[in-house]
Amino acid sequence: MCSRDGDESRRAKRKGLLLSHLPFAIGNLRVSTAIATKWLRCRSLAWFLKRRGRRAIASPLCPGERNQRMAVFVQQLINGLTLGAIYGLIAIGYTMVFGIIGMVNFAHGDLFMVSAFIALITFVLLTTVLGVGSIVLALLIVLIVGMLLTSLWGWTIERVAYRPLRGTFRLAPLISAIGVSIFLSNFVQVIQGARNKPTPPMIRDVIVLFEQGGYTVALAYKQLLIMIMTAVLLAAFWYVVQKTPLGRAQRACEQDQKMAALLGVDVDRTISLTFVMGAALAAVAGTMYLVYYGVVSFSDGFVPGVKAFTAAVLGGIGSLPGAVLGGVVIGLIETMWSAYFSIEYKDVAAFSILAITLIFMPQGLLGKPDVEKV
Amino acid sequence: MAAVPQGTTATATRGPASAASSTIAISLPAALKESGIAALVMLGLCVPLVTLRSDADESGRLALYPRFGLTAIFCLAVFLARLGYLTLWGKEARAARRPASRGEAIKTVAAPRYTLTSVGLPVALGLAVVYPAVTTLINGGLSEARYWIDLGILVLTYVMLGWGLNIVVGLAGLLDLGYVAFYAVGAYTYAILSTTLHLSFWICLPLAGLFAATWGVLLGFPVLRLRGDYLAIVTLAFGEIIRLVLINWVDLTNGGAGISSIPRASFFGIPFDDEDNGFAAVFGLEFSPMHRIVFLFYLILALASLTSLVTTRLRRLPVGRAWEALREDEIACRSLGINTTTTKLTAFATGAMFGGLAGSFFAVRQGFVSPESFNFLESAIVLAIVVLGGMGSQIGVVIAAIAMIAGPEMLRNLGFLKSIFGESFDPNEYRLLIFGLAMVVMMIWRPRGLVSTREPTAFLKQRKSISSDLVKEGHG
Repeated sequence: MCSRDGDESRRAKRKGLLLSHLPFAIGNLRVSTAIATKWLRCRSLAWFLKRRGRRAIASPLCPGERNQRMAVFVQQLINGLTLGAIYGLIAIGYTMVFGIIGMVNFAHGDLFMVSAFIALITFVLLTTVLGVGSIVLALLIVLIVGMLLTSLWGWTIERVAYRPLRGTFRLAPLISAIGVSIFLSNFVQVIQGARNKPTPPMIRDVIVLFEQGGYTVALAYKQLLIMIMTAVLLAAFWYVVQKTPLGRAQRACEQDQKMAALLGVDVDRTISLTFVMGAALAAVAGTMYLVYYGVVSFSDGFVPGVKAFTAAVLGGIGSLPGAVLGGVVIGLIETMWSAYFSIEYKDVAAFSILAITLIFMPQGLLGKPDVEKV
Repeated sequence: MAAVPQGTTATATRGPASAASSTIAISLPAALKESGIAALVMLGLCVPLVTLRSDADESGRLALYPRFGLTAIFCLAVFLARLGYLTLWGKEARAARRPASRGEAIKTVAAPRYTLTSVGLPVALGLAVVYPAVTTLINGGLSEARYWIDLGILVLTYVMLGWGLNIVVGLAGLLDLGYVAFYAVGAYTYAILSTTLHLSFWICLPLAGLFAATWGVLLGFPVLRLRGDYLAIVTLAFGEIIRLVLINWVDLTNGGAGISSIPRASFFGIPFDDEDNGFAAVFGLEFSPMHRIVFLFYLILALASLTSLVTTRLRRLPVGRAWEALREDEIACRSLGINTTTTKLTAFATGAMFGGLAGSFFAVRQGFVSPESFNFLESAIVLAIVVLGGMGSQIGVVIAAIAMIAGPEMLRNLGFLKSIFGESFDPNEYRLLIFGLAMVVMMIWRPRGLVSTREPTAFLKQRKSISSDLVKEGHG
């Protein structure tokens, strides 16, 4: 569970496997079922043995090792915050789009996956073909290229699949978004292949914080990078929304599109830009995901997408700091749940939080109450 | 590859045209310029994702394989389609859309006496009844026709699921993204009851329906107060939770390995085997394993017909009218004193019950259930069938199910496609791609689906159906 290298790659692999839980799009269902079953069987066996082994030998959870408890907790806190930061970045895209046109952009999670693929290909292109030696430079270029191209994807999706549906019945954009989501994940599967794509670890170094009873608590540079990145981007986008003319236009459209249009706000352009902003943030999240886990596959969009949506709802839909706060809460709950309760049920925990929040607290932590208008 | 450029362009041409406010016909240079821009956008979308394919080389590291030709084909296809749309068929489409977008007075058209549903359903039923006989004749033997009858069973299962979901989505207007959960409940009910308590299929079938309906009520009760899109997400979450519980509750469900050797269905107590008291011996036939398959075919046909019958009857009852009213405008319903929660709950439970029945049929047919058969993808496929068929339309679901389930199977058997696209071409790989695209195109082109008229079931003196694109829907 700590961030030493061996553990890290295993963790990444496990994460990859876990997400490929949903063989989202393997054409022949019967074959896919058989493969998935076989694979699940090996996996659950491996997990079982691993869990048993850990419990028996050097488990940080085992009550005999009380002296490590604090260290384990801090390590989980760091891991959870990192995961939460990634969720938060995706959640901002959900929350902005929902705030402005009141639709669940179901394809946002898959856009995140597409951006991870763009980052992966750009990174491999830079390092192996063009021979860029410096990782920092390569990552910077990957980020810029990824943000630009993913924004183009976001813009195109809005233009093609959502804009013509404005003004039709309420579920139409949602169904269209589900279609886009299915299309994107299968498009990537067809065009890039169904296998997991592993990259060599990009940033290996860690800062050792402290040691307790032989358990080292370490903060990896990549975790630090992800957290700082999220904080900076949140501040930047919050500034854009609160202080710039574009942000003012966005908030105006959020309140009343017709009135905003009458007052000279270009509603279509504002909505397009909202999608572009969301996509750019998804691109950052995708790149960070790749840096953190080092592996991506075509089915990786769905579960993080749903969790990020949970984060957006939990934080209060329409609120940017709420999205990141929700992301951090979800990330922490997920990490702590897998560490202290059961890793098998961590997705159940996340989905249950989604259901419970929507049922009992639909306005979220920082959101405004939803007023129903005729 | 065929599906990709075609589909992409089909959707790519839609957006800007409908957004264009000018009604003046576009000149050729302007059209060329706009098509050029569309192609450039496509190039931008393609750049890393299509142009460079990442794959592990011999040493296991990722290497990139360029595909410039494919990128060029994509961009050219977008260019041509956009150009064609702007110069050839775009104007008419815009002209046709104009009255709707300006919201002119609502025209009503007298409903035709024979609708596609009223004629099509009996015809479809008749075709389905003779289907096993026809395939047997064509293939020259019962065993030779097995593939076709199996395909028929598969399609009918999806038709039944589609009809079940149609009650929830099409009639009551509640978007349920976790419908497969009820399918799973039905399947596991039969699998567990038959392997542990050794109950027969005919006892388990109603139990499965009942059980799934109970689950529908249990899951539905807390969430049905939510607005449409939140409801969709919560049902999605419930679907996933049920699947994850099935994977992890190993004691009950045997986990990811699934439950195998589930007992087969009997002919109302007479087993399909070659014993003396078996089906073949009792009816004086020569034993053939195909008897069971044909029986399963008629069983799912009967179950699907039951779904359709119950749905059409319910539509004419007060509860069915309440469903449809709810779909049109929830606030109006509430002000008229309809209890929206119980109305939604009945729709949810009825839909869930049929899902459960279909699930237990699935279990008895496969003889094996595992959680991987019940992922979100299945929900999406069933939803796609309902959406494409036209929400609320019975015959539309049949057509969509045939096109979506049997279509790719048919394409696979066409030899010439392989000679065009290479030996490894498998249309099934593109099935979901087409599903996704079709959902988008359908929503833009005809949000009410292929077969869609909104025919009121309650009317004064004369029945009038309102053209679907003139109706704006309320809060779902």
